[in-house]
Amino acid sequence: MLKKRLIVCLLLWQGHLVKTRNFANYQIIGNPITSIEQFNTWAVDEIILLDLSTDSVYDFARKDYRHENPDTLPGIITYLSKSCFVPLAVGGNIKSVEDIRLRLKRGADKVCINTAAVKTPQLIKEASKIFGSQCVVVSIDAKLNPSGKYEVFIEKGKVSAGLDPAEWAKQAQDLGAGEILLNSIDRNGTMSGYDIDLIRSVADNISIPLIACGGAGDWDDFSKCIIQGNASAAAAANIFHYREQSTRKAKKRMSEAGIDVRLDSFFIMQ
Amino acid sequence: MQSVAVIDYNMGNIQSVVNAVKALGFDAYTADNPKALSKALRIILPGVGAFEEGINNLKKLGLADILNKQVLKNGVPFLGICLGMQLICRESHENGIHNGLGWINATVKKLGENVADLRIPHIGWNVVTPKKPQPLFRNMPDKPTFYFVHSYCCVCEPDDVVSSECFYGVKFVSSVQKGNIFATQFHPEKSQQAGLRLIKNFIECEQN
Repeated sequence: MLKKRLIVCLLLWQGHLVKTRNFANYQIIGNPITSIEQFNTWAVDEIILLDLSTDSVYDFARKDYRHENPDTLPGIITYLSKSCFVPLAVGGNIKSVEDIRLRLKRGADKVCINTAAVKTPQLIKEASKIFGSQCVVVSIDAKLNPSGKYEVFIEKGKVSAGLDPAEWAKQAQDLGAGEILLNSIDRNGTMSGYDIDLIRSVADNISIPLIACGGAGDWDDFSKCIIQGNASAAAAANIFHYREQSTRKAKKRMSEAGIDVRLDSFFIMQ
Repeated sequence: MQSVAVIDYNMGNIQSVVNAVKALGFDAYTADNPKALSKALRIILPGVGAFEEGINNLKKLGLADILNKQVLKNGVPFLGICLGMQLICRESHENGIHNGLGWINATVKKLGENVADLRIPHIGWNVVTPKKPQPLFRNMPDKPTFYFVHSYCCVCEPDDVVSSECFYGVKFVSSVQKGNIFATQFHPEKSQQAGLRLIKNFIECEQN
């Protein structure tokens, strides 16, 4: 039967790998290429690359000779996809069919559209018709508003869209999205655990797969996300950095909790 | 070094397939016209997207005829991946009835149509059970795991071409083989170790 997935989110800002907290306070922690190589080795199931940049300045800031130094986003995607033998989804600043086409052509397997999906929902329909719904992930960022209800936010979490996440997810599904990526702005970077209520409310309202992200703080959180949240995949950004064999340990704990996950260990090139 | 042609007919990410073949140490190039295919020693047809657009693009680029010649007549080993597997069927029921290349007697139908509570598309890693010892599945675990991302699958009649099966709410065909024609519903180029091993097995298979 289909296994549950563990997905790593790599947050990119101007080419650098960053950590974030509540979608703010970008802290540069390194270089995405070494991350991708490491996660490939520790058999992560998929990688999501989210570009948080607001202008087009990109620089890996590597002056050594071991790696190239691409200075455009498409260049980065092409370079990263060369060592990525698991599915790679790319999101951030995607506004049109041409933006999607460019990223798929350069090596992305799927794209994540967020603000543009809310502002121009016909983009979801168009994109899924041209590229297949398998390529189209609608990304939803949500947080609790002052009256205690979950609300969708766009523009990197700054502007309220006035939408309920579960309802918007269903609409996105009906428009042709293949998957939903749900991010909790409140939990992002806090390591206080996933927002299970939020995840469950969206998962139970759609019939396409749900990837949940935001808040993973210890290895048990992934199981809760899958079992209690009813997500198809658990994703995390911050927790996997600075830890040894992190995705492998996370998978082991998920398996111990009774979840069917892929447990392939170190990946060695033949 | 074998020359592996990866067909580019504007249907999704083919760079991953090229990367995988090159990472294995073989020579790969993208082909989008009949001349480019005529010198290939191995042909890979990848693809993600809708059937109708896929078959139309193949015909528009003049590739359907050269594929029939190279694969059916000249016996060049062929590997279809995902949409590439669906296109070699007789017909597809995705958004109307469309004719495929007709290399195998199979129909493309929606996956798990009558199964309740099944999230579609089928996305993620699933276990594949080879039906008998197969060239593609040599030197890997008995029940390898591969990455799937699809909403449609191939129903084969008769099923002697079926080389492996998978289960998602219902048993479905995960790969086929008919002589020099191989095809997988899953994405070996995105399935790390098992996937790269499968691609290597395909490239190293004997040309009859």
